[in-house]
Amino acid sequence: MAGKSEESRKSRILAALEDQDTSIVIDDPLENEMILNMGPQHPATHGVLRILVRLDGETVVAAVPELGYLHRGYEKIAENCTYHEFIPHTDRLDYLSPISNNVAFVLAVEKLLALEVPQRAKFIRVLCCEMARIASHLVAIGSMAMDVGALTVLLWTFREREKILDIYDVLTGARFTTSYTRVGGLSQDWTPQCTEMLIRFLDEFNGDIAEVEQLLLHNRIFIDRCENVGYMSQQDVIGMGLTGPLLRASGVARDLRRDAPYLVYDDLDFDVITATESDVLARFYVRLGEAKESAKILRQALGKMPQGPFRADDVKVVLPKKERTYTKMEELIHDFMLVNIGLNPPVGEIYQAVESSKGELGFYIVSDGTGQPWRMKIRSPSMSNLQALPTMLKGGMISDIVAVVGSIDPVMGEADK
Amino acid sequence: MTHEEILKRLNTAFPQSVVGHEEFRGDLSVVIRREDLPRVALFLKEDADFSFDLIVDVLGIDRYGSADRFEVVYIVYSLKNKQYLRFRVTLAEEHPAVATVTNVWPGANWYEREAYDMFGIRFEGHPDLRRMYMPEEFEYYPLRKDFPLMGIPDSLPLPRR
Repeated sequence: MAGKSEESRKSRILAALEDQDTSIVIDDPLENEMILNMGPQHPATHGVLRILVRLDGETVVAAVPELGYLHRGYEKIAENCTYHEFIPHTDRLDYLSPISNNVAFVLAVEKLLALEVPQRAKFIRVLCCEMARIASHLVAIGSMAMDVGALTVLLWTFREREKILDIYDVLTGARFTTSYTRVGGLSQDWTPQCTEMLIRFLDEFNGDIAEVEQLLLHNRIFIDRCENVGYMSQQDVIGMGLTGPLLRASGVARDLRRDAPYLVYDDLDFDVITATESDVLARFYVRLGEAKESAKILRQALGKMPQGPFRADDVKVVLPKKERTYTKMEELIHDFMLVNIGLNPPVGEIYQAVESSKGELGFYIVSDGTGQPWRMKIRSPSMSNLQALPTMLKGGMISDIVAVVGSIDPVMGEADK
Repeated sequence: MTHEEILKRLNTAFPQSVVGHEEFRGDLSVVIRREDLPRVALFLKEDADFSFDLIVDVLGIDRYGSADRFEVVYIVYSLKNKQYLRFRVTLAEEHPAVATVTNVWPGANWYEREAYDMFGIRFEGHPDLRRMYMPEEFEYYPLRKDFPLMGIPDSLPLPRR
């Protein structure tokens, strides 16, 4: 067919040239479909996400996301290192909330070991997770606003996030790659200085987030760019297995902190924020609301946090304190065994998930009784959420692509593993 | 639902299909016969008592050295009962293949592609069984135990002098 039409076109052109006739008919380019390649280095794709879009004029007919540009093979690496050695790798999964990945991973290992963690450590972990959620949602809100043209918001939210990173710095010694948790507890204790910094942050936070809210929600352009964009029906959202703010923005109040409680979330009072519109604006509202709820949780957890040890007392699986390693023979032996051979959990398979800022972050560990996992699967929320991208984009405009990607808030470190 | 109730209900509906189960750390894992997977999966989702409507994950496991080398684990969640369930099928070493569950849970699409990419498990009836992360022309399956950690030299085209 194509050859034939090519032939006829050629003959038409030749005929036109012979006749010196200028009325050559050329197809209207706007009536043709076009394939556009977005990424993997597009600034609005939040990392190395590549999307192939089929366009009819400016309307998206179909889209195919392409993953794997940041694939580092973490599941293979995990099979070849001990449980403790894998903790720094979890920082690099969702690098906008590294500390909640640390917590998720050690919770999985502790479930495998059936290890009980001291109450204080649980509270500190809750504090870390909620700080990570605020930091991550601030980036999500800011970068989504930037994608639809409001640059100011990004600067404001990053200013707020910086305060949380400063707390990380004091608490863990690193702003970004925290590697803060250990099996059975934490690497360092929470300090009064952290409390002071966190309270100062919380005091300012509500005012600052209200400023962001006013700036955006009184902005006609922002509302028009977000409302009814990237809609996905509740049935589709559940069918696709979306989790986190995307699921809650479609009216399903699923939050693992409430539905499958871990740490001390049972004792804390907070609301699960939902919306029903299931569009970009609804997801924005849910994230904003969740950040405020996290601030509420942080205040409660600070008030309820008990004194006591921050690491469990089980010499066979928990790393001993450094000063004891250097002075006591017994501890030196345990440290040597734990570092070189690893903790040897019982044979079995477990799945443990937490509600991270992006959705359900889970670790499936198959243990064969040795110091290294036989198989470890990372259930990353960004990957499963990205799967909904074609459905959300279909029928929308090309300029909405960045808004929809921003509303999914993918982190490719996690989606590609 | 308690684990006993789940097992009882599954056993009554499919007396032949449930070939075993395990309980570890409070989680239930049910072993399903490979041929019956589509029926059981549909039942788990559609049944009013179960309504496991959210697919959480599908993952492959390589049990190198055992008779049935490969395994596919499905993790599903019921929004109604706020409960997880795991079920799995075992596959032979030669040409591991199992029916897809994308017609039951559309979200299984990418997870199955990932398991195919990493283990070479074929999901029959899958709408788009391409590699998820590795390049399409890559010949190996990286998460298999016989794939070395350092990779295989010349398996990816490198610039030549």
